[in-house]
Amino acid sequence: MIPAAFGYVAPTSVEEALAALAEHGDDAKIIAGGQSLLPVLRMRLNAPEWVIDLGRIASLRGVRDGGDHLAIGAMTTHHDVGQDPMVHEHALLISKAITHLADAQVRHRGTFGGALAHADPAGDLGAPALALDAIFVVQGPGGSREIPAADFFVDLFETAISDDEILTEIRVPKYGGWGASYEKFVRIAHQWPIVAVAASVRLEGDTIAEARIGLTNMGSTPVRARATEQMLAGQPATEEGVAAAAALAADGTTPPSDLNGDADYRRHLATVLTRRAVLAAAGRG
Amino acid sequence: MTRINLTVDGQRVADDVEPRMLLVQYLREKLGKTGTVVGCDTSNCGACTVHLDGRSVKSCNVLAVQADGGEVTTIEGLAGEDGQLHPVQEAFRECHGLQCGYCTPGMIMQTVDLLAENPSPSEEAIRLGLEGNLCRCTGYHNIVRAVQHAAGTTGAAEGASA
Repeated sequence: MIPAAFGYVAPTSVEEALAALAEHGDDAKIIAGGQSLLPVLRMRLNAPEWVIDLGRIASLRGVRDGGDHLAIGAMTTHHDVGQDPMVHEHALLISKAITHLADAQVRHRGTFGGALAHADPAGDLGAPALALDAIFVVQGPGGSREIPAADFFVDLFETAISDDEILTEIRVPKYGGWGASYEKFVRIAHQWPIVAVAASVRLEGDTIAEARIGLTNMGSTPVRARATEQMLAGQPATEEGVAAAAALAADGTTPPSDLNGDADYRRHLATVLTRRAVLAAAGRG
Repeated sequence: MTRINLTVDGQRVADDVEPRMLLVQYLREKLGKTGTVVGCDTSNCGACTVHLDGRSVKSCNVLAVQADGGEVTTIEGLAGEDGQLHPVQEAFRECHGLQCGYCTPGMIMQTVDLLAENPSPSEEAIRLGLEGNLCRCTGYHNIVRAVQHAAGTTGAAEGASA
């Protein structure tokens, strides 16, 4: 199938894009890499009158060293983020998650900001961004503002980006020396995760000093496993040390039930995958 | 209608297209490049894989207008002008990396991309690299062998059992 007809604008600056958004408002949809939007348009689940393409805005691409953080341009492709040595050094969890994201062709087109703004709770980037306390920079008619990850994901496919704003950059604090693992459970290749767990840990000797854990597809937004994080601090990085904390991973979550599994099954998966992810992040997997 | 200019298999082309036209439609219906096929129409199967500015993409999941100014290589642009097959095409033929052949254009285009990034991939890296390409006939074994053959990494034992 092909999409319903739409008007198309391809601005070359964020200001032009904001002007187009102001002009077409509710009738417009922003396209980044289009790897989630185009299937939706082709199946006619959505039929915007206008499509505003951010693909010509060069300033939105690339990873920059911001001192205490990395600044990832919203239109940087998954492939380019995944290959970036600074991301590997300072935000290993993101590099790890990207290796599990969709497939090579989609990673060549799909963008870091586009996937996060799409806010699919089964998307692979939300949990790492939340676990690492990323900051989302959005630009609107009144200028820029910063949204902490904890406030960014509002509901299913819904973020704190206003209708007249565009996501321009994601700032990720540096986590040099932290181990990381993304454990994704799927039945078939390049499927969305039934459940996935993003874990990053800082070791002091053989002890887990700090842990950050995000859960994918365990609710209408990505969620933090805070009880597990707190219990892990000070535990030995061993199977025994991690097991009790991992058993708390699904506490307070409201996972969906669907053909891939009911909510109880997902809660069970979350605890198993959290144990594996934490051990792998600690180099004990 | 929106004007687009691009290079496809080395030829400069320019056309007025509807913004909603998919790149794969443009290649097949406007340019007659039917070597690139539509498999699933849901961006899962990878049969429509082409290269856009040097990287593999699913051409059913790119608008033609998004490719404006870009360089596209399809399966029809791989062979030499004298008809000499590309080494990856040759390897798929040599190892019989196909049965019905429908997924083959996409498999070959993705393999060329994979080997450009990693010239000596392990078997696991090959299987992961072809994750976005589905084949309903072969069970993938001969496809993986074809990629190993093209990369020159075919093990002697595997060659004997093939």
